[in-house]
This record gives sequence, C-alpha cells and structure tokens, in this order.
Amino acid sequence: MSSASVGGRHRDLRRFLLQRLGSGLVLCIGITLVAFVLTHLVPGDPAAANLGQRAIGDPAAVAAFRHQYGLDRPLPVQYLVYLKSLLHGNLGISEQSHRPVRTDLAEYIPATIELALFAIVLSLVVGVGFGIVAAVFRDRWPDHLIRVVSLGGVSMPVFWTALVAFYLLFFKLGWLPGGGRLDPAQNAPTHLTGMFTVDAAVHGQWTLFWSALRHLVLPALVLAIYTVGMLTRFTRASMLEIMGNDYVRAARLKGLPERVVILRHVLRPALVSIITVAGVAFGSLLSGTVLVENIFSWPGVGQYAYRSAVNLDLPAIMGVSLFVALVYIVVNLVVDLLYGVIDPRIRLS
Amino acid sequence: MRTPPWRRPLALAGLAVIGAWAVIAIFAPLVAPQNPLAQKFGILLGPSSAHWFGTDELGRDVFSRVLYGARITLPLAVILIVAAMIIGAVLGGIAGFFGGWVDNVLMRVADLVFAFPGIILALAVAAALGPQLRNAVIAVVVVSWPSYARLVRSLVLSARSAQYVVASRLLGSSGLRVLFTDIRPNAAGPVLVLAALDIGNAVLLLSGLSFLGLGAQPPTAEWGAMVAEGAQNFNDWWVGLFPGLAILTVVLAFNFIGDSLRDMLDPRTARAVRLR
Repeated sequence: MSSASVGGRHRDLRRFLLQRLGSGLVLCIGITLVAFVLTHLVPGDPAAANLGQRAIGDPAAVAAFRHQYGLDRPLPVQYLVYLKSLLHGNLGISEQSHRPVRTDLAEYIPATIELALFAIVLSLVVGVGFGIVAAVFRDRWPDHLIRVVSLGGVSMPVFWTALVAFYLLFFKLGWLPGGGRLDPAQNAPTHLTGMFTVDAAVHGQWTLFWSALRHLVLPALVLAIYTVGMLTRFTRASMLEIMGNDYVRAARLKGLPERVVILRHVLRPALVSIITVAGVAFGSLLSGTVLVENIFSWPGVGQYAYRSAVNLDLPAIMGVSLFVALVYIVVNLVVDLLYGVIDPRIRLS
Repeated sequence: MRTPPWRRPLALAGLAVIGAWAVIAIFAPLVAPQNPLAQKFGILLGPSSAHWFGTDELGRDVFSRVLYGARITLPLAVILIVAAMIIGAVLGGIAGFFGGWVDNVLMRVADLVFAFPGIILALAVAAALGPQLRNAVIAVVVVSWPSYARLVRSLVLSARSAQYVVASRLLGSSGLRVLFTDIRPNAAGPVLVLAALDIGNAVLLLSGLSFLGLGAQPPTAEWGAMVAEGAQNFNDWWVGLFPGLAILTVVLAFNFIGDSLRDMLDPRTARAVRLR
C-alpha cells in the first residue's frame, strides 16, 4: 500500500470519528431532552415520591423540597440549568441517595459493565458456535435442535429464568453464590477500574478474583440466554446466505478442507452482520440488567435505574439515560470500527 | 422453495398453543377449579391433587390464577401490538411519503427511542404515569412503534416510484389516497410478519414491568406479578415457576408462528426486525 493511501485512510478515520462525535453529541442532547420532558410533563410528583406521608401534608416542606431541586422554576429554565451544570460535569444530586448522581454512577457503572461484558463474550462464543453448527448441519437434527433451543432462549422471561437459576444453582445445589459481587465478609479489591475481576487480577488478589468470578457466573449466564438465542439465529442465517455464493462452491471444488471453507470463506464475511447484531445484543443485555440485577442484588446501573424510576428521582433518571446514550454511541462506534478490521473493503464514511 | 403450512411443525405447534391459551382465556370461569382471588385455602401448600400448582402466600389456588392470567396477557398482547402497528405505520407512512423535514423529525425521534434499551424507557414511562396495568401497556407501545415506522417508511420509499403508484398519481389520486389505497395493501404483509415476530417481545416487556411492580397491581392474577410473588417466597418454588412457564409457552408459541411466517412470506423482513 502506498504512503499516500495510508494517509488517506487516516484522514478518513479522523473525519469519521469527528462525524461520530458530532452525531453522538446530538444524540446525547436529544436523550436528555426526551428524558427531561418525559419526567417533567407527567402527573407523577417527585415531592410526593420522595417526601414521607407526613411531610406531604406540610406545604412548607413541599415548597422547600421543590426549591431545593429547582422544581419551582419554569421548565425551559430548568432544562437549561441542567445542561449548563452538565457541561461542568455536574449531574445533580440524587433525590433518593442524597449523593451526587455522578458519585452514584461511578460506583454502579463498573459493576454493570463487568456483568454485561462477561455476558456478551459468553453469548458470542456460544451463540456463534451454535450458529455455525446449525448452518453446517442445515435441515438435519442438530439444526432443528439448535433452532428450538435458540427460540426458547429468546422466549424466556429473564426475570423468571433468574429465579429458577437462583433456586436451583444456589438454593438447592449450592454450586454458585446467590447474590452480590463478593462474599459478605470480603472487601472490594484495590480500586482501579471498579470491575472486581479485573482489579483483583491486576493486583494479584487471587482469592478475591475467584470469588468475584463465581459471583459473576450466575447473573451473566441468565443474561446471556436471550442473547445466545439471538446470535445463534443470526449467525445461522448469515452463514447460510454466504454459503450460497459461487466462490464458496469454488473453494470446495478446488479441494479445500471443509473446515477451512467454513471458517475462512464463510464465517469471516458472515462476521460483519454478526458484529452488527452483537451491538444490538449488548443493548438488550443492558435491558436485562434492570431485571437481573434486582434479583441477584447486583449493585449496578440496572438496579439504580429501577430505584430512580420508581422514586421519580429525576436527576438520577437523567444520569442513567445519559449513560445509556453513551453506551449506545460507544457500541456503535466499536461495531463500525470492527467492520473495517474484518472487511478491509468497507470504507468508513 | 415453499413449504406448505401443514409441513411446518413449529408453526402448527405455535398455533396449537396459542389456540389452547385463547380457549382457556375465554372459558376461564369454566376451566378453572377455583376463584383466582379466593383466599380460602392453606397458605403455601405444595402441588397436590387438590391444588395442582399449589397455593400462594395468601392461600389462593395458583393453578386457577395461572389460567385466569391468560385473560390479561393475551388480549393485552394483541391490543398493544395493534396499537404499536397502527401508530408506527401511520407515522412511517407519513415520513416516507412526504419526506423532507417531516421525515427527518419523525425518524430522529424513532432513532432516540431505538437508542434506549427498551425496558429503561418503558420503566421511566410507566413509573412517571403511575404503576397501573394500563400505563404499562402505554409504555410498551411507546417503546414498540419505531420498528413499524421504520419498516413502513422503507416500504413506502421503495413503492413511491413503483409503476402502479405513478399510474395512480397520473390518474389524479391525491397523496393520501395513494398511500392508503395503493401502498397500504402491499405493505401489509411485511408489517404483519414484523408484528408476529415482535409480539413475543412485547409480552416479555409487559410482564417484566408487572414483575417490577409497575404493571398489574395485586390482587390481579397477572403472570409477571405472580412471578414476583414467587420471588418473595422462592423456597416455595411452585408460586413463581408455573406463571413463568405460562409466559414462556405463550412467547415461545408466538415466536414459532412469527419465525415460520417470516420464512413463508417475507425473508427480507428479518433484517428490519428490531432485535431487542
């Protein structure tokens, strides 16, 4: 490759990243606007949700609460005030924990990211594996079996699977710990990323690492059931689509071993659409965390989102929404960059 | 390569299960051995010949409650998918047909909804409107319409320059007339396939909201809420196991039907389906 075209690719990359930054910013503003309008134009009253029964009868207490959180000012002003403090990295004070939302999020986000990353890796390995087997054995019994299993995976209510897994693997068999990120007596490993397995491994705290890993398995397994089903079905479909191509027949005809044909000539191009679905799957994992974290008392964003929604904790809801938007932007960026790695013909634009 | 419907065991199984649940829903008072709300039995009794699925913490018959649950989930699933379909189709049709800023605004809003993981948006909507079954349904509709809008928009865009549409315009039909009489019948197939594929997700989301206490309220016999009761008494496994199995069978059956419909009618829709 000549140096000129290398420079061209770098320019492309920079322009692409700038574009993405721009549209990401627009998305973030849009998300805050939606979350803001949603939580302000509805009948629920945060004062009622956060003050006790007695305080609600006291107009002075309600007024003080509304004043403290700026709820007595006109809506557009409230929004602009929020945006301005957002620019300073200030997400406001959570009405339920009475701590800055940023502190809350900094504590909960690593737990959720750790869980979701573990689950997505698990789903990719199992889902893509199943999908390959199903495609290779198309319309024979392994294919039928995998089809039923993957349809079952996307049909299970995750909150119920979590309960069943909790009952069997923790309560009855005692194979895995039932909740939390560590045993009650254990302290968190030396802080680095907030992801306990990573932190413990980096600092060589192997007992903690083992404990954190064991606590991770059950919620991650439950979360992954849905995404395994999703990835299996898409891997199979895109593999079959590519297997119909002439170049695959040509590869077979020239005597390449089947393994090479499947892995190099079929799987690799199929990975482009698999990666796209994996991005979407990551989003659905985040949805799942809301239900699963509640059952396994996993102190992450999912639980926080649930608590903030139920208590109409507006700053916290906005904070969670922003986090979700950021994840969406980052995941899409990673997916797009991976396209280029998998298939060099795809130009970023 | 078309397989006739009777050669598709999954589709048949799905139809049979949904049919059975529909019959149960309609004739619940005749089928169920007990009143689902009657608190007149022993508390947390295990499954027995008197109570096939045991009793819950208030001494109600779980089997009867599961059967009555079909009366809530099945009609609501249909209602909310039809509502999402109509709203999405109308907005998508408008966006695709008129284009320009209308299209831009509508599609950006759809993008925003897509960016949210379904349950987080639904959670916010349901919590804000207040914990009620009706509000949970609204929340699920709010989350579900954009996939229909996108699909219909793309169908309209591709139909707009088709010969039959151009001919209709030349005959003097107005824009709306073209949209509703000429394009609508051709968009119906893919939209129905999407609805069949999506209805399972809608059921999962709705029962998830009820599980979190944001949908059906006690003492309603709703499956998601019943699983939540099971979570409170998890060593009495029968309280939560059976309602969850009911959700699983319904969603699985809908997915069998949707999957087979897609294979039969429209392989392209597979790509447009929202994958949450």
